Amino acid sequence: MRARYGLRFAALAYLSLLLVFPVGLVFFRTFEHGFSPFWNAMTDPDFLHALWLTILIALIAVPLNTVFGVVCALVIVRQRFRGKAVLNALIDLPFALSPVVVGLAFFLVYARTGWFGPWLDAHGIQIIFALPAMVLATIFVSLPFVVREVVPVLREIGTEQEEAAWTLGASPLATFRRITLPAIRWGITYGVVLTTARALGEFGAVSVVSGNLIGRTQTLTLHVENRFQAFDLVGAYTASVVLAVLALMTLFFMNLFRKETPRVDSGPPGDEALR
Amino acid sequence: MIGYLSFIVLIPLAAVVWKSTGSGLEGFWNAVTSPAALASLKLTFGASMVVALVNAVMGTLIAWILVRDDFPGKGLVNSLIDLPFALPTIVAGLTLLALYGPRGPIGINLAYTRMAVIAALLFVTLPFVVRSVQPVLRELDREMEEAAASLGAGGFTIFRRVVLPNLAPAILSGVALAFARAVGEFGAVILISGNIPFKTQVASVQIFSAIESDRPTAAAAISVVLLGLSFLTLLAIDVLRRWGSKHES
Repeated sequence: MRARYGLRFAALAYLSLLLVFPVGLVFFRTFEHGFSPFWNAMTDPDFLHALWLTILIALIAVPLNTVFGVVCALVIVRQRFRGKAVLNALIDLPFALSPVVVGLAFFLVYARTGWFGPWLDAHGIQIIFALPAMVLATIFVSLPFVVREVVPVLREIGTEQEEAAWTLGASPLATFRRITLPAIRWGITYGVVLTTARALGEFGAVSVVSGNLIGRTQTLTLHVENRFQAFDLVGAYTASVVLAVLALMTLFFMNLFRKETPRVDSGPPGDEALR
Repeated sequence: MIGYLSFIVLIPLAAVVWKSTGSGLEGFWNAVTSPAALASLKLTFGASMVVALVNAVMGTLIAWILVRDDFPGKGLVNSLIDLPFALPTIVAGLTLLALYGPRGPIGINLAYTRMAVIAALLFVTLPFVVRSVQPVLRELDREMEEAAASLGAGGFTIFRRVVLPNLAPAILSGVALAFARAVGEFGAVILISGNIPFKTQVASVQIFSAIESDRPTAAAAISVVLLGLSFLTLLAIDVLRRWGSKHES
């Protein structure tokens, strides 16, 4: 019995020191001098622009990755072809790769001296240090989540119902819309929540390709770093609190949807991404 | 679909590999074995190893109390485990700095030390082992443990001889994931580590500063080393998964 309390204490102490106290302290520091410093930092134009840009990037990247993720999952589960292992590995790679390497990769392709740089320059298209590169980097880092959430659900449901619909004369599109999509909707929803969380919080890759221009290519995470480097702790804490609240909302939705999915024992988001 | 993948993943990564040999294989070798690069790679590898080991122990312990123990607030603790995944890494770094930095309320200052690097990596890798061990532990048949107990085995012996062998594949694949994540981490480390070359500068931060100071070939060379490590870790995880499913059947 004593051993049991000891283990419980050790685990909870570790979690408190690593997770609960630091995050709690940032909330405390943000509001320790009342609500008005927080409000001032929230209404700062640079903050508002960063918030808008972060949302805009997520609004572009998440739908693209959702469509790609569903198509990709269908291909992986329902089709046999050579090189499937390679495809699987490629989809998992963003998960195990440093975001800075991702940023560098896009930099080397789209910068003025990069592979497509001269052509883009000649046609007056700006990708690096602008929104397109930030969107591309965000798509890369949040690529695996929908695929990895939908694949196990597709495996579980099998093809019997689809075949029945098909033999009754339903078109492939109707079969997908009426049979497959309703069956995988919770898998998709869970994947979308994870993709969104990853997209909102991306820092390293975006930091490399954005050029970090204040009021132009600064997302919320870059704003946190920028405010911190400028010794504006209130600004840094405020943006952090906004991001932390978004993270807590993500946790809430994760718990909600995890109960809806048939697989109660779904692993961690990361683990799922590599399955 | 292949077009999307090549556009987003393949072409950019090919550019990194291609650039890394921009000044020949010798140039690649010189960039990777320069004293600063070696120091940062050693630190990254060493710190990630330490973090992987701590996770193996603490992650298993946390999974254990979440499955086998019962206490008020367990549901809340369970959902908090995913917080490091949902929280942006730069915020993770800032929160650690708030508590363990120069103006922290408890008088412990880890800022700009290697300990800070390890703390940041522990924060972001917390969910991996817990979430990979938890489902296996829940499914584990308790009859074996009861049999061992009835034959007179003590609690620790049962854990070591009966439970641990069953959990080993799950623990190891969680550890591999945590290791992969730790090797590439950037956002959580950048504020708290101070990025001092030869002391607290990890590989990803060094790549970043190489890009900033317009040395893309050096940045690409170190990136290729990290890329190789990522591939190897993914491969190891795949092997562990197969081992794990063989274990089950």
